[in-house]
Formats: sequence, structure tokens, C-alpha cells
Amino acid sequence: MDVFHYLALGFSVALTPLNLGLVLAGCFIGTLIGSLPGIGPINGVAILLPLAYSVGLPPESALILLAGVYYGAEYGGRISSILLNVPGDAGAIMTTLDGYPMAKRGEGGRALALSAVSSFFGSMGALLLMVIFAPLLSKLAIQFGPSEYVWLMIFAFTCLATMVGKRPIKTIVGVVIGLLLATVGIDSGTGILRFTMGIPNLFDGVDFLVVVIGMFAISEVLILLESWARNDLKLTPVGKSFVSFADLMAVKWVIFRSTISGFLIGVLPGTGASIASAVAYGTEKRFAEGKEEHFGQGDIRGLAAPEAANNASAAGSMVPMLTLGIPGSGTTAILLGALLMFNITPGPLLFEQQPNIAWGLIASMFIGNIALLVMNLPLIGLFVRLLSIKQSYLVPVIVMLTFVGIYSIHGDTFDLFFMIVLGVFAFILRKLGFSLAPVILGLVLGKVLEENLRRALSISGGDWFILFDGAITYVLAIATVLAIVLPKVMKLRKK
Amino acid sequence: MKARIATLLLASGLTLASAAHAFEPNKPSCIAPAKPGGGFDLTCRILSTGFAKAGITKIPMAVTFMPGGVGAVAYNYINATNPDDPNKLVAFSSGSLLNIAQGKFGRNLDENDARWVGTAGVDYGAIMVRADAPWNTLGELVDAIKKDPSKFVLGAGGGVGSQDWMKAAILMKSSGVDPKKMRYVAYEGGGEALAALLGGHIKVYPGDVGEMKGLVESGKVKVLAIMSPERLKGEFSNYPTAIEQGYDAEWTIIRGYYLGPKVSDEAYNYWSDQFQKAYNDPAFEKTVVDQNLVPFNMSGKTLDSYIKERVGYMRGLAKEAGLIN
Repeated sequence: MDVFHYLALGFSVALTPLNLGLVLAGCFIGTLIGSLPGIGPINGVAILLPLAYSVGLPPESALILLAGVYYGAEYGGRISSILLNVPGDAGAIMTTLDGYPMAKRGEGGRALALSAVSSFFGSMGALLLMVIFAPLLSKLAIQFGPSEYVWLMIFAFTCLATMVGKRPIKTIVGVVIGLLLATVGIDSGTGILRFTMGIPNLFDGVDFLVVVIGMFAISEVLILLESWARNDLKLTPVGKSFVSFADLMAVKWVIFRSTISGFLIGVLPGTGASIASAVAYGTEKRFAEGKEEHFGQGDIRGLAAPEAANNASAAGSMVPMLTLGIPGSGTTAILLGALLMFNITPGPLLFEQQPNIAWGLIASMFIGNIALLVMNLPLIGLFVRLLSIKQSYLVPVIVMLTFVGIYSIHGDTFDLFFMIVLGVFAFILRKLGFSLAPVILGLVLGKVLEENLRRALSISGGDWFILFDGAITYVLAIATVLAIVLPKVMKLRKK
Repeated sequence: MKARIATLLLASGLTLASAAHAFEPNKPSCIAPAKPGGGFDLTCRILSTGFAKAGITKIPMAVTFMPGGVGAVAYNYINATNPDDPNKLVAFSSGSLLNIAQGKFGRNLDENDARWVGTAGVDYGAIMVRADAPWNTLGELVDAIKKDPSKFVLGAGGGVGSQDWMKAAILMKSSGVDPKKMRYVAYEGGGEALAALLGGHIKVYPGDVGEMKGLVESGKVKVLAIMSPERLKGEFSNYPTAIEQGYDAEWTIIRGYYLGPKVSDEAYNYWSDQFQKAYNDPAFEKTVVDQNLVPFNMSGKTLDSYIKERVGYMRGLAKEAGLIN
């Protein structure tokens, strides 16, 4: 029972007054940062890192503070997604799909509470998985080669095909727009610049956050302005709804499945919260097929799934960082940098040589999650009041926050103009009846798909059979086929 | 609008320069042309904390981020809007130089559009394979590659034409294999490439000495050669260089700073002198070593001509590899 022994050691580190205070502070700051559109966990951790270093915190305390910010930001990202239809960061895009319709119905409190609880169980479940399976999983993660990623992305696309709904053509067009955006930038396979028009800001491709914020936040603001001009602005009812036990029972399996898939996707280097939440959402929609469902119109399952998954993936991305020294997400890459700054080299030896750091961090994540839940539930009443603010005050504030947020990423006005262009474009798309999620998913999944397909083919020298190399590829290929075939079979059997 | 601001800045810069005889820095900052957490961030942190520890600046210099194209965005920004700002030091690496050599820093910009002022330190390429790989020397590896270069997969954290790719290409060239025949897989950053090496998806990873520490200790990776001109001192002194093993494969990753192209000689010389001061201070050296870099002290005119010679060399390499005409 080595694990429990070490975990006890971890708690003894995490429960010192300093570290406990830092966890709470980190979670609180993180929630604030996450709730601001444009400023997500990456920026939050990057901003606090030099601070933690210059105050002279011991390494485990600094890491605990930063991990608290990471967690808090994943939590906070949902607030503006649900209440304003503006995702706080990339992992919270799927949360808008069902969270915002709920808020519009006056169930903002219910949606916030449910997402907080889903996030809590997602993180806790993922942490348990991490404690038990971390060494095993890090081996699995490196078995994941380009071919496996290709299949994972194809699986994700088929799951998302359920989003096609009543407007298949428009969804496909949306995905294609996303795929087109994904091709911009230096092509790593040949070193050639693609669609950059000689603008150096596009050499690394379009920045994902600029697209998300531009398309969601700016177009939302334009829509608000339009209804203001038409004089039919309606205030969203605030409502006093809260999450009920029946709600929780209704989504318990949704949370269970999404936690596991989110955690596994988080463990893989190269896939993170946005893909984890998209896969979880798509899978749950598939599961609900044939039963009564109203995904996209405020279904609690459509809210619980991405929320559990994006928090689980945050825990998952810590696994390769701690065990292999390989970051599983952009934010863990910065945490890795923080470790290096303290002259600590993560890797398999970290758990043996510095157990107080590794296990102290893990224990602090348990504490941080409980703290986040306790801190968040009473605050929901306050957050929901955001909806009672008149739009004429709210719109300028959203605009200001998005501009500051986007400018803070690169410190370049180009991104601001690009964001506005994308926002106007997204506004037109929405007026034409397109939904934006397929565009964003086309961009995220398309980039990973293209890169890995080309990696696979350059490993094999152009032989497509590399896609059927190894057991994992078969598992994923069968899962893909099942995702397409099963719902049809189920429907036929019902008849 | 932009032009007007630029002229305003220019005018104020001119009056400042003529009024003040000796240059005094005013809130200097370091621009890291990448997202936080990467190599450019480290480079700026060395300047910021190293100069403060050596007593050159009272407080650590602020670090700002301007990611894009291995420094291309920052290079264009400095040239377009602040070519004469003496308080903005921008970090660069060999990766930036390589892109300048290939003309990937934008239209009409080359190595003459900056004043190269000081270095942080250097790192070297390191040829790594998995610990259980059958090759124990560079010679054995090269023999295996030569048998069938098209079956041998190399991979690293940058695309074709990046410095990671260049390390692989130089290794090929030195063993007499046409770099164009190399099978190279590009990953997003060194972390992903390392995962691919450990998972057996790629066979050779041309990484950096700076990454070796934890990897070698953990016993997962074997280092066959270091791409430095001569053997390293200290903890890596028992690793042979590629040159010792008879392969002319050298790749020095230089990290340093430049100022805008129109910065006055006074300011340029001032900063160059500060770098000299820092190089003589053990506190600065410790900062450099702590970030896993090897001290490499060069500033002012010497550095400027070294960089220009280096870019010329890279241009030649890029031509040979068919990257540019």
C-alpha cells in the first residue's frame, strides 16, 4: 500500500498553513482569471509564475499555487460560457451549447451548480485514476503514435457528426471553414508558408484563442447590438433554480463516462481540454439517441459531459508531465518550465527523489477541488446576478475584456483586428443559420488530424497501411465504425 | 495614424539622443518572441534575473511576449515601429537566424536589420536514441542509416527548415547521405518528439544538451554524440562529440539579444559594455548555468560580425538542402 503511504506524505505537505493558503488563493485567482474571456489557464499560470519565483516560495509551494490557478481557471471558464454564451477559454466551448440555453430559460443557477458539481466529480475521479494508474498510463501514452492519433481524430469527427442535426449541409460547411483555418501557417512537413499572405503574425497559424473569442464573443456582442437597435432586447430571467438530487442521478453515468474519456485524452500529449470536451459531448449525444433528448437546447447531459471531461483532462495532462517530463497541454508546459526554474527535473525519478513535491502536488489538487466546490456553490447566486445587468452596461464590459484578453496573449494589435474580422464573419454565419461549434472543432481536430496523418505517412514512406499498425489502431477503428453503425441498428430494432 | 505615431516616436527619440550625451536606460524591457514557457522566455529571464543579480539593473527587467514565427513577428515589429528604441532588447536564437537565412522573417528583412548586442549562452545539439537501441556509437548508427536511409525515421520538435531539422540534415550530410533522402517527422515541440522516441515511433531524436539531464538520469535515453565543436566540461564531459567520432556535424544553438537597427551607437555601446560587466560577474554565470546553458560570452561588434558570418553559413546549408534557391 505504498500509494496510501505516499498520499499521506503528500497531505502532510499540502496541509501546512502556507500551502493550504496558497491552494485556496490559487483556486480563487484561477476562478477569476478563467471567468474573463480570453484569459485562460495558460495566461493565468504564466502571469503568476514569475511572481511565485520572485517571492522565493519553496518549489512545492510554488507548484501548488500554480496548479491551483490551473484548476480554478478550468472551473471559471464555464461561468461566462453559461451566462453570456462567451467561452472563457477553449475548453469551455462545448459548455455554451447547452449551458447558455439553460441560462436563457432562467435556469442559470441550475446550470452553474450542475457544471460545478460535474467539474468536481470529473476532477476527483481523474485524480483517483491518476494516483492508481499514473505509471501504467504514461506507458500507454507513449504507445500513441501518429496512426493512433489519426484514428482518435476520425473517431472524434464521427462522434461530432451527431451535431449535424437538422442542418447537415450547414454543419459540414462550418467544419470545412474550420479545416481551412487550420491550414494557415508554416507547413511543418515541407517548411512552406501556407495562406499567410506574407503576414508574419500568421506564420505560426491562426491563434486558437483569437478565433474562439472573435467568433463567440464579438459575434455575441453584435447580436446583442442588433436586438438593441431593433428594440427587442429581453433581459434573461435570473431565476432561483438550483441543482437537484434528481438532476445528479440523471447525469451520474454521463459524468462517469466523460471523466474516463476526458482523463485519457488529457493524458495524451497533443490533445487537451477542447478535444476532451468535444469527444465527451459527441459520445453522450450518441448515447442519448433514440431516447428523449434535446441536446443543444439546454439538456443537462450536454452540460455535464463537457464539464466533467475538461476538468478530468486537466488532471490527466499532469500524468505525462510528472512521470515523463512531457507536457500534456499548453498549461502543463508552463508548469514544467516552473519546475525547471527551481532546478527540478520532472521524470520517472521525480516520485522517488522528490516525493514531497510530486505527492504534495497531488494532495493539493484533492484539497483544491474541494475548496473550489465549496467556494463556488455559494457564489452562484452572485454570478447569476450578472444576468440582471442591463445589456447597455454589459456589452462594453465584454468588449473591453475581450480586447484586453486578446491583446495580452501576443501584445500585438494585429490580433485585435483579426478578432474583429472573425467576429463579423461569425455574425454573418450566425445570421445565415450556421452554428459556430463545428467551425471551432474543424479547426482543432483538423490541425491534429492533418499533422498526424502526415507524420504517419512520412514514417511509412507513403504506405497507408501504417494506419492499421498496432492493436490500439484497431480498437479505435472499431469504435469509429460502431459510432456510425450502432445508432442506426438501435433505431431499426426499435421499429 | 501609425505613421504619425512613428514620426512622433522618432522625433522624441531624436531629441532624447541629442539632449543626453551619455546613454541612460529608461525602464528597459526584454521581448521574448514566443509564448511564455519556451526557450525565448528562458533567454529573457536570464537577462532579467542575471542583470539584476549582477547589480547592473536595480530591479529585474520586465519581460513581454510577442510570439510568432520563431521571432519573425517581433523582428517586424521592431523594424516597423520601434527601430530606434534603445530600451527594448529582443531575444533571439539560432532558430531565428536560420529563418532569417531562409528569408522567412518577412519581406526585405535580413540579418542587417538588427543590432546584435549580447549573448546569454549556448546549447548544443545532441543525437539521442532510446536506451535499448542497438547502436552505442555514432558510427554504428550512421552505418545502420546508410544501409537504407529511406527506412530510417528521424524526428524532432520543428518542421522542415527549422533548426531541429537542420541538426538531422547536418548529421546526414556528414555521413555522406543526401539530406533530401532523409525521412524526417516534424512534431510540435521537443516534448512530443521525445514521447515519440520513447514510444518507438521515431528512431533518432536530434535534441539539445539542455534537455539531457533528467532523460539520461532516468535511463530511458542514450546520447550517442554531442554536436559541440569540442568536448563539454563538467557533468557531460564523458560524452563524445560527433567531430571526435569522425563526423563533421556541429550545431551550436546560440541564445542572445538584439536591439533595433536604428538604435544609436551610444546606446548600443552602453548595452554592449553592460554585457561585458555581466560576463565578469559570477552571479550572471550562475544564472546561465542554472538554465542549462553553457556560458558563451560575446557582445558588441564581435558578436555582430559573428552573427553575420553564421547567417551566411546557414544560407549556404539551406541552399544545399534545397530549401531556398
